Amino acid sequence: MASVVSGHPAALWRNPHPRRTYDVVIVGAGGHGLATAYYLARNHGISNIAVLERGWLAGGNMARNTAIIRSNYLWDESAALYEHALKLWEGLSEELDYDIQFSQRGVLNLAHSLQDVRDSVRRVEANRLQGVDAEWLDPAQVKEFCPVINVSEEVRYPVLGATLQRRAGIARHDHVAWAYARAADALGVDLIQNCEVTGITERGGRVTGVETDRGPISAGRVALAAAGHSSVLAGMAGLRLPIQSHPLQALVSELLEPIHPCVVMSNAVHVYVSQAHKGELVMGAGVDQYNSYGQRGGFHVIQQQMAAALELFPAFARARVLRTWGGVVDVSPDASPIVGLTPVDGLYLNCGWGTGGFKATPGAGWVYAHTIANDRPHPLNEPYSLERFTTGALIDEHGAAAVAH
Amino acid sequence: MLLIPCPWCGDRDEVEFHYGGQAHIAHPPAPGALNDDAWADYLFMRDNPEGWFAERWQHSAGCRRWFNVLRHTVTHEVHGSYLPGETGPVIAS
Repeated sequence: MASVVSGHPAALWRNPHPRRTYDVVIVGAGGHGLATAYYLARNHGISNIAVLERGWLAGGNMARNTAIIRSNYLWDESAALYEHALKLWEGLSEELDYDIQFSQRGVLNLAHSLQDVRDSVRRVEANRLQGVDAEWLDPAQVKEFCPVINVSEEVRYPVLGATLQRRAGIARHDHVAWAYARAADALGVDLIQNCEVTGITERGGRVTGVETDRGPISAGRVALAAAGHSSVLAGMAGLRLPIQSHPLQALVSELLEPIHPCVVMSNAVHVYVSQAHKGELVMGAGVDQYNSYGQRGGFHVIQQQMAAALELFPAFARARVLRTWGGVVDVSPDASPIVGLTPVDGLYLNCGWGTGGFKATPGAGWVYAHTIANDRPHPLNEPYSLERFTTGALIDEHGAAAVAH
Repeated sequence: MLLIPCPWCGDRDEVEFHYGGQAHIAHPPAPGALNDDAWADYLFMRDNPEGWFAERWQHSAGCRRWFNVLRHTVTHEVHGSYLPGETGPVIAS
């Protein structure tokens, strides 16, 4: 580790006024947008880039996720993409010269029924064939790995075992954003906050730039990286997407002594729990069922998630909730992202990551930058085209996505 | 939690309902005649507005009937409900 940068994040990058023209405009300064800008500059020598952000940098889902990182998906296309991201995570603090607090503490995905067990063992075997580290643990081994968990048979949904990915874990989400922002800025990228895109301009089927509330900006290439607002932006270019925006809520407890050593996820009782570096328990649940852009959801979803958490972790019953919040996630029909070209020349799409975009941040930036620089997908995101909804070549990851939607 | 007006049972809590997404997506009269683009459009492409949205709900823990609701996706304000097959109210944006 070369250095740990302290101080206010605003001092880590310039805050330039937008120029009238750029080679590439990226819409959205979240993790994916910032990583894309960084890899465009680093890997492809394109640094005449503006990243436009209508709010503040990394203030959307990048500030609202539960920071879980893993690559143990089922299908080969997914394992390849997420494992590529995980390998980048493993070197990211060094690469960006900034401590992102990546902690490979292991992720358990619990099984609570015989079907869960079959599906989980199948996924472990698939992961091993894909070169992704994966183990199957019986209940006693689960208890050994995570002593705070309740593996009693006397509960409604007993723990019948779990998959374990030891290389999986968590990172400090703000640091990830700031590290990419600082590195991209140093390579000449303009990070422009408080600049909302209000239109996308085209001529003859080719993108020519964007309209913003700070004036028009022309660009040969425009790359969307706006998560929950992707449908709204794509609509400005006349595109209709197979995306629905839903609230996804999470919460933290007050600060506690270290009690929970890993990450625990459960599809069946539906909660995922880790303990952040500072000591708060971080928990997330499934999406609220209705479409929303409101960055908030119903309290009954929080109650259900806490009930699930208490069945798994009775010791948490006396912990107090410090804060709950919601983000807007872009859910696709097959729980897999859309990364690639669009029918408009020079307009690129990175969306549909739904509830799982944070873990992909470096990998998504890497392949999206390649797509933008070469006007064709990287082999890793080739299967993730918008056309797959027409060809039928879906990548169904509802099982391994781990968040109900 | 949303308070949802079931046309038959009145206002009830959201937890009694299941969501059905965008309203007024008609099943194609001749599915076999559709090309792949049209079929993808019917199956997967959906409006996802930031604003008023006509959507389907089912009163699954009540009368179990489907109906439509006009709701705002930012404020969550519910303008009202109407029956399947009816045309929804129009709100000036």
